[in-house]
Amino acid sequence: MSESTVDAEGLRARVRDLLAEHDPATTGRLEFLRARFDAGLAWVHYPAGLGGLNAPRELQGVVDAELAAAGAPDNNPRRIGIGLGMAAPTILRFGSEENKKRFLRPLWTGEEVWCQLFSEPGAGSDLAALATRAVRDGDDWVVTGQKVWTSSAHTARWAILVTRTDPDVPKHKGMTYFVCDMTAPGVEVRPLRQITGEAEFNEVFLTDVRIPDAHRLGEVGEGWQVAQTTLMNERVAIGGNAIPREGGMVGKVAATWREHPELRTPELRDRLLRLWAEAEAFRLAGTRLRQQLAVGQPGPEGSGMKLAFARLSQALSGLEVELLGEQGLRYDDWTLRRPELVDFTGREAGYRYLRAKGNSIEGGTSEILRNIIAERVLGLPSEPRVDKDVAWKDLPR
Amino acid sequence: MSTAPNLLYSDVENDLRASVRDLLTDSCEPSALLARVESTEPYDAKLWRTLGAELGLAGLHVPEELGGQGASARETALVLEELGRSVAPVPYLGSAVLATTALLGADTAAEPVAELLRRLASGETTGALAVPLSAVPGAAFPSSVTAAGDGTLRGTVSTVADASAADVLVVPATGPDGPALYTVDTTAAGVTVDEAVPLDLTRRIADVTFTDAPAQRLAGSARDALDRALLTGAGLLASEQLGVAQWCLDETVAYVRGRYQFGRPVGSFQALKHRIADVWLELVAARAAARYAADALAADSDDTGVAVAVAQSYCAPVAVHAAEECVQLHGGIGMTWEHPAHLYLKRAKADEIALGTPGRHRDVLGGLVDLPA
Ligand SMILES: Cc1cc2nc3c(=O)[nH]c(=O)nc-3n(C[C@H](O)[C@H](O)[C@H](O)COP(=O)(O)OP(=O)(O)OC[C@H]3O[C@@H](n4cnc5c(N)ncnc54)[C@H](O)[C@@H]3O)c2cc1C
Repeated sequence: MSESTVDAEGLRARVRDLLAEHDPATTGRLEFLRARFDAGLAWVHYPAGLGGLNAPRELQGVVDAELAAAGAPDNNPRRIGIGLGMAAPTILRFGSEENKKRFLRPLWTGEEVWCQLFSEPGAGSDLAALATRAVRDGDDWVVTGQKVWTSSAHTARWAILVTRTDPDVPKHKGMTYFVCDMTAPGVEVRPLRQITGEAEFNEVFLTDVRIPDAHRLGEVGEGWQVAQTTLMNERVAIGGNAIPREGGMVGKVAATWREHPELRTPELRDRLLRLWAEAEAFRLAGTRLRQQLAVGQPGPEGSGMKLAFARLSQALSGLEVELLGEQGLRYDDWTLRRPELVDFTGREAGYRYLRAKGNSIEGGTSEILRNIIAERVLGLPSEPRVDKDVAWKDLPR
Repeated sequence: MSTAPNLLYSDVENDLRASVRDLLTDSCEPSALLARVESTEPYDAKLWRTLGAELGLAGLHVPEELGGQGASARETALVLEELGRSVAPVPYLGSAVLATTALLGADTAAEPVAELLRRLASGETTGALAVPLSAVPGAAFPSSVTAAGDGTLRGTVSTVADASAADVLVVPATGPDGPALYTVDTTAAGVTVDEAVPLDLTRRIADVTFTDAPAQRLAGSARDALDRALLTGAGLLASEQLGVAQWCLDETVAYVRGRYQFGRPVGSFQALKHRIADVWLELVAARAAARYAADALAADSDDTGVAVAVAQSYCAPVAVHAAEECVQLHGGIGMTWEHPAHLYLKRAKADEIALGTPGRHRDVLGGLVDLPA
């Protein structure tokens, strides 16, 4: 990456040029987003030509604020979270130039939705146990297996996929990472209903799906290393955004408290304030983390943010249902739907409570995150491992 | 609030930390500390002199024209963090934080106030604020001491932090003209300072009685000065709690890595790893909350009330939790007098009561952020 010379003023000037050439009031949404990408204002820390300007990441906020103030459309980031948060950084790091050019622009504009084909019935926390086989055939790979819990597979055009290419070596060594075309023959997506009533995730069956070798990310057998990049970015995406005070779940409960004096008891109030203070302390911890990053001293605190987020979302949404009393006995709607996007703080309290249960499972369970903190941050010894030096095919299952 | 809060430690602050820590590592070592707490000299006068007078920390947040260092509550917080980390037996909270801040809130243009501030800031005199350590910021002005027309004081104040190490007491009392702050020498006739048997062995408390004790009335608004002192004390105490918790976490991690049972380090058992990871996570948030409170106090931000209430209600239980886990995960050794863990547990538990319990701070917070009862 070349040295960046773009500062906040430079970015503001580029935003002005973009707005002058493509007035949001008269330009179509997609046309505007494409123009924004081509102007390097999509994600300013990405390389020039790929939606960025090699600018410092913190300056993205300057661009977003200016464009929002001008009434420009955004790319509805929540609808394409997996693409933005996971697929894009992995493609940027491991993709060929051709792949980067082909995939990043429609990914960012939202023209193409991405999903993540990682988990399998036999491989969740232990992702490296996965069994979906990819076998080389000429310039292609032929893939067969089953994936599960795949969020937005039903809206996705592309997927990031991890497969097993060598069953005879220990599990971490025999994996390979691909971009998978969700419209390819042999890809079948079935809705999987969850405790909220809707089907936000799916089962995905892969039967002799052909993937060109050109869509491989990273070397053959190095899928684990590539997947680590994806997962690190996933956790940052889940726990790491700047939010205002009372942003997120705490704001929902606080609003309910203010609207309903008749529901208040001293005991509920103390519990609410306990969580309010905790939410504020972790919000400040997020601010502190970003300040550390900005001065080039990233701390290990990041590994904890998702864990705290899950704990707080669950406790706060649970408190809200309880606070609501009679109203908490009702649920808005159990109809099986396949939503286009997930909003943790959307719908009603009952939905929020149930959806929050997933926060300590998706993207690495809270137990796994505690293991990571204990071992990687605090240096505590790992549990004895029985699976390290055994060929994948010989593992107990 | 004008500028964004800075939640990091500056280079100057890191240098300050290093020098305080060096000093404490050399002169506040656990076995000597254990011997001291049962001796007739529970405070370490020599260490206090070095810290307060020689390093200039007694007057850290006192303006230079009043004989201090002209630093801010941020630096004072850092010193408290280090003092908490070694539960150092020095009257820093009572003198350099509570008494000093109360005086800074009085009329510093008046010579008696300025003169006493200079003495406290230089470390030559040690002060204490004559309120119970459990006093809550923003509560009603204390009424247990009254001042007569001739300026003498009558009444008692119990559990005053660091009073037994103090040369002079700053006393909130109500006289014929209403509430005011008074100063009294602890050696004056009519003043008795009875050291109580404290739960926290490294911070002493004393019951103070005034029987027509000669006092000097200080100019300025006593209510504001007292509120400011208690609010500052509560906000900065969060940093002390952070230091206490950090020691407990570090000590626990080191111990479980080295202690073998069932043929492996007990720190490899997941039941313990997860508990320790939770303490670590609480510390991440406690540090941010404590830094924010210190920064808000330093900047005199409009958000100071919220910042202090959040910091106290969050950090106090974190310190207690860290200390309780430290004792438990040390097993039998954690229960011994010989191991210093109990000094931290006692400090953490006393700090939970000090300057408002977490529940009291939550109640205040509810009023400030529109979550009414
Ligand atoms: C809402 C939602 C959306 C999801 N979206 C996607 C997606 O888009 N793509 C995708 O690939 N996956 C997705 N997942 C799957 C998710 O990543 C897995 O569910 C998760 O990694 C856990 O795996 P598992 O379900 O197999 O549980 P298991 O790994 O079988 O875990 C069962 C229990 O054992 C615990 N456990 C496991 N190993 C250990 C250990 N070493 N120490 C202590 N405890 C342990 C776990 O914490 C859990 O409590 C999603 C999941 C949810 C809930």
